[in-house]
Amino acid sequence: MADETTTAAAPEAVESPESANEEPQKPIDPDFEPEIIVFGCHYCAYAAADLAGSMRLQYPTNIRMIKLPCTGKLEIIHLLKALEAGADGVYAAGCLEGECHYLKGNLWARKRVEYTKKLLEEMGMEPERVEMFNMSSADGPLFAQRANEFTERIKRLGPSPVKQAKKAPAAKEGTPA
Amino acid sequence: MITAERKPFEEILELLEGKEKVLVAGCETCVAVCLTGGEKEAEILAAELSIKAKEDGRTLDVDHISAIRQCEWEYLDAIAEKVEQYPVVISMACGIGIQSMAERFPEKLVLPAVNTNMLGMPQEHAVWIERCGACGDCVLGVTGGICPIVRCSKSLLNGPCGGSHDGLCEVTGPNKEEIPCAWQLIHDKLIAQGRQDLLMKVTPPKDWSKSNSGGPRTMVKEEAKPV
Ligand code: SF4
Ligand code: SF4
Repeated sequence: MADETTTAAAPEAVESPESANEEPQKPIDPDFEPEIIVFGCHYCAYAAADLAGSMRLQYPTNIRMIKLPCTGKLEIIHLLKALEAGADGVYAAGCLEGECHYLKGNLWARKRVEYTKKLLEEMGMEPERVEMFNMSSADGPLFAQRANEFTERIKRLGPSPVKQAKKAPAAKEGTPA
Repeated sequence: MITAERKPFEEILELLEGKEKVLVAGCETCVAVCLTGGEKEAEILAAELSIKAKEDGRTLDVDHISAIRQCEWEYLDAIAEKVEQYPVVISMACGIGIQSMAERFPEKLVLPAVNTNMLGMPQEHAVWIERCGACGDCVLGVTGGICPIVRCSKSLLNGPCGGSHDGLCEVTGPNKEEIPCAWQLIHDKLIAQGRQDLLMKVTPPKDWSKSNSGGPRTMVKEEAKPV
């Protein structure tokens, strides 16, 4: 794994197509620090995050990672609950396609993320607030790159409408725990 | 099993307009198996409603629950304590469950979150196909086990019609998908069974009064009634 990391140190700049969406650019609020939840799988994403740490790579402190045995464990409700609780963005990070430790967990996760995007659209929220990324356990630099890209994306989108409404004086807390 | 599809979110929002306390009620039987209205889906809808309300800056007290079977009094009793706390219930059960809920809790506003669409079978994972129209007078015994009522686009009893080509029906599905001609299937099956003589028999007009065309039906099993 050690020598793989040296080759992985220069990942190709593969910004996902969603983030390249040509939306009318909102001015970025320099004070906005997004809260981002990452559901990472044990075998690849979490290991990649670890590696990014040991390589002393910088990535934003905005991300909070929740370890799953496999992204196949990720349910639609987990993505929604994160957003409901006020996360500005959520992404799943799983193994490379075809290399899932549990064979197809990451493919299931991708489908669920895609479905959640549709639900967000129905709710009038930007579907770009949820995403699915793939990486191998040797992809420490890619892990950092994805974290940077996604944080930038959410900064461009601004705070989640849930959070904004929460702050608005008219809004009251209504949902039972 | 009974299958149902969730109504568009927009329609659900319209039904719930102005409501501030809502319970989403799933059912753990048919609608759970067809991945539309079980506890999981009820929780998802409740989360969507909560997010939408927060986005709009509205107050909404929303939660979810699921009955083992929403179409039976006993199982409605089991969730009564929770239901009692909400003036509005949006049900994800089939039409039977929704009506049972409305009848069991007459003081509640009970609304549908799904469109009940058919009696179908899971053909493969996540694909359901209509298999029975509950016509009340089953003809499968003379049609090789293939239902002409719902699988033939015209519900013909003495098919096929002139629209049958290369095993396909002239009618296509709502998404332009090809439909196998039920009468071609029946024909092939009866020949394979050596029962082709059945194809020469003329089936008289069906007594549709046994279907829902005869008005609401009731089934009573006297021998099983409590003494
Ligand atoms: S013939 Fe009637 S009862 Fe039999 S499968 Fe078809 S619709 Fe159902
Ligand atoms: S083509 Fe076959 S299935 Fe279609 S209407 Fe005619 S007999 Fe029925």
